[in-house]
Amino acid sequence: MVTHENGGHAHHAPTGFIQKYVFSIDHKVIGIQYLCLALFSAFVGMSLSLLMRLHLGWPAAKFAFFKGGQMTPEQYLALMTMHGTIMVFMVLTTAPQSGYGNYFLPIQIGAADMAFPVLNMLSFWTTFVSLIVMLCAFVVSGGAPIGGWTSYPPLSALGEMVGPGQGAGETLWIVGLAIFCGASLMGALNFITTLIDLRAKGMTLGRMPLTCWTWFVTAILGLLAFGVLLAACILLLLDRVAGTSFFIPGGLVVTDQVVTWHKGGSPLLWQHLFWFFGHPEVYIAILPGMGVASHLLSTFSRKPVFGYRAMVGAVCGIGFLGFCVWGHHMFISGMSPYSAFAFSILTMTIGVPSAIKTFNWLGTLWGGKITFNCAMLFALGFVSLFVTGGLSGLFLAQPALDLYLHDGYFVVAHFHLIMGVAAIFGMFAGLYFWFPKMFGRFMNEGIGKVHFWLTFIGVYAVFMPMHFLGLAGNPRRYSEMTAGPFLQKLQPLHQFISVAAFITIGVQLIFLFNFFWSLLAGEKTTEENPWHATTLEWSIPTPPPFDNFGGVEPIVYHGAYEFSVPGAADDYIPQHLAPELIRKSEGSTESALQD
Amino acid sequence: MPGTVVDDVELIDAGHGGGTPPPDGGDGDGDSHGSRRPFPRRAYFTALQLGLAAIVMFFMAMASSYIVRRGLGTDWQRTPIPPVLWFNTAVLLISSVTIIVARKKLASGEREAFQSLWWVTTGLGMLFLAGQIVAWRQLAAAGMLLATNPSSSFFYVLTAAHGAHLAGGIFFLFYVAFRPWRKSRISQETAAELASIYWHFMDGLWIFLLALLTLGR
Repeated sequence: MVTHENGGHAHHAPTGFIQKYVFSIDHKVIGIQYLCLALFSAFVGMSLSLLMRLHLGWPAAKFAFFKGGQMTPEQYLALMTMHGTIMVFMVLTTAPQSGYGNYFLPIQIGAADMAFPVLNMLSFWTTFVSLIVMLCAFVVSGGAPIGGWTSYPPLSALGEMVGPGQGAGETLWIVGLAIFCGASLMGALNFITTLIDLRAKGMTLGRMPLTCWTWFVTAILGLLAFGVLLAACILLLLDRVAGTSFFIPGGLVVTDQVVTWHKGGSPLLWQHLFWFFGHPEVYIAILPGMGVASHLLSTFSRKPVFGYRAMVGAVCGIGFLGFCVWGHHMFISGMSPYSAFAFSILTMTIGVPSAIKTFNWLGTLWGGKITFNCAMLFALGFVSLFVTGGLSGLFLAQPALDLYLHDGYFVVAHFHLIMGVAAIFGMFAGLYFWFPKMFGRFMNEGIGKVHFWLTFIGVYAVFMPMHFLGLAGNPRRYSEMTAGPFLQKLQPLHQFISVAAFITIGVQLIFLFNFFWSLLAGEKTTEENPWHATTLEWSIPTPPPFDNFGGVEPIVYHGAYEFSVPGAADDYIPQHLAPELIRKSEGSTESALQD
Repeated sequence: MPGTVVDDVELIDAGHGGGTPPPDGGDGDGDSHGSRRPFPRRAYFTALQLGLAAIVMFFMAMASSYIVRRGLGTDWQRTPIPPVLWFNTAVLLISSVTIIVARKKLASGEREAFQSLWWVTTGLGMLFLAGQIVAWRQLAAAGMLLATNPSSSFFYVLTAAHGAHLAGGIFFLFYVAFRPWRKSRISQETAAELASIYWHFMDGLWIFLLALLTLGR
């Protein structure tokens, strides 16, 4: 028998502007705050990549906005570092999980709010502080750090002597990341508790939408991974500011200066700690997208998810294996071939649950009555990008191949397709799908389709050629490699990629226009459930009220994907619909419906 | 029949139920349909366990780094263990006993005895922290500073990290003692139980770290 404390969970709706929209404890407002933070960060990150592509395409060109007319290698590295950091942490980690998850997880499981609303608010504002701290790196002496988003020591630990940006900028980067770890831990704790303990009656684990399953597993990954990154950040910070030698080896010579005040440290120790976090981070970014794709493919093909249990197993399997494969980021670090072999086998094992998901997505689509609206198109785009980006992962999982490919553009293409662009397609899919519930209006389908096709073609035009650059031996992370004769011949390809990137980035302004125009003047929704979807968010008013279900706890009778059930008059059965209220098609019997 | 359904869709297997009454989901005890159930007490315990799991991961990362750094470097020197650490350990172990007795007093309605023992526990926690600072000063006096050697670096980092978490526990003890519980959705008994679990965990964590710092030197 479960016991309950006195006092209800529901809190009163705030009335003042500050409490309602700024320091809100409503999970929906916090979700939108996270989405706004991610949207802002995405445009900052894209702007940085635009400058990088400008330089890579035309290294000798002079532009007024660079000091001295031309981008320096250090400036390029600073842009690269901040692009990676902002995109990974402030976009890919926040929007799919903290943004959509905050807004829809409580509603989809029938809860009035997150388990700990104040902690939820703290989690967002801590994230906000970490973003500000990181952005401050641009304006301090020396500028932003140049150590890349992985911030490998010893260069990240030695301070300004190894380059501008490695002084105060790098310190701010580490402090910002440590703060972000705290924020993510608070969020993960809240997500898991909410899902375990606040599910409505009848919402068994087997009835949960796959979106909730992916938010759940993602939160577990965050809970177990961010503590490790926090520990690593503390040790790195101490190496920088307190003179310790956790990661800094002895005998280093940096710009003609012998480093005598450090000895014995291990840069590989940082790599192990970082990638023990870093690989699960890949799944933190992509798993929620998988959930959204599964959800939408089922909804818009009017069919149940093919192999629901297998999908849940695959999500859990991917989450578990994600903690066992960090070494594949370190094949070139000189690790033992036996360790590399083990990490290689484990990495390729992830192909099994990934293939289960892909085939089940295709199985879901097979024979369905597919609606090609914007949400569905982006979900299909997600599947395409996941497959394309995933297949190159099988190449990189081979240590022998990785030795050649690791430091080249093949890897840039791989991780952008699977972790970056696929995850962003998942976000777009979610936005086009949930926009009517969040704001009571539809996003414009015509503009949305233009946005989809140009983005879809654009990202392939940007990242597919990078595979060839990598195979041809073009190294990554360098601002300019035109001095080498064999790389000079690749320059037209770089220029093609840059033009494709400019167009694709420009197309996102179409999205931005559609977003704000639809928010203000989009077609209004006339019903609570315009997509004829099954999950609980479509059973409540639009936009959802403060406590979601008006103080009434919903009861769940059905699985999340009961579409086209034989014997039912409608082609969907909402999760909350009592069995006696299901309309039967002509000639069907009660038993037919139950079977 | 609208649409088509592939044969092996798991309508039944996955717990989808046409006409069956709904089994319990998140919580089990039945209130009348329609009204929202009170906030479940167990959510606090879930959250605490998750928080402890995150703390375990943090300290495991630190402990792994300790072992790896000790094994890799040639510059490792044994850091002497200040004798005051044994006194501090005894203080922390006693505080775990007093918090158990305090909770028993609260359960039996002896509120004054509970208050006294709760303050004794809080005081012992603060004494432990003061003792850790004494240990640092003794170590510093012996010439072992934060950056002197990786061994001493880890000594300071691990004890500081544990001390910070224990300071959080002391804050928790104050919170249990001072918060007006009547208006809360959680009772003082539950809060005291949660605080005591956290406190025992900090106790066990310290024993682990002490073993690492002494046996793993």
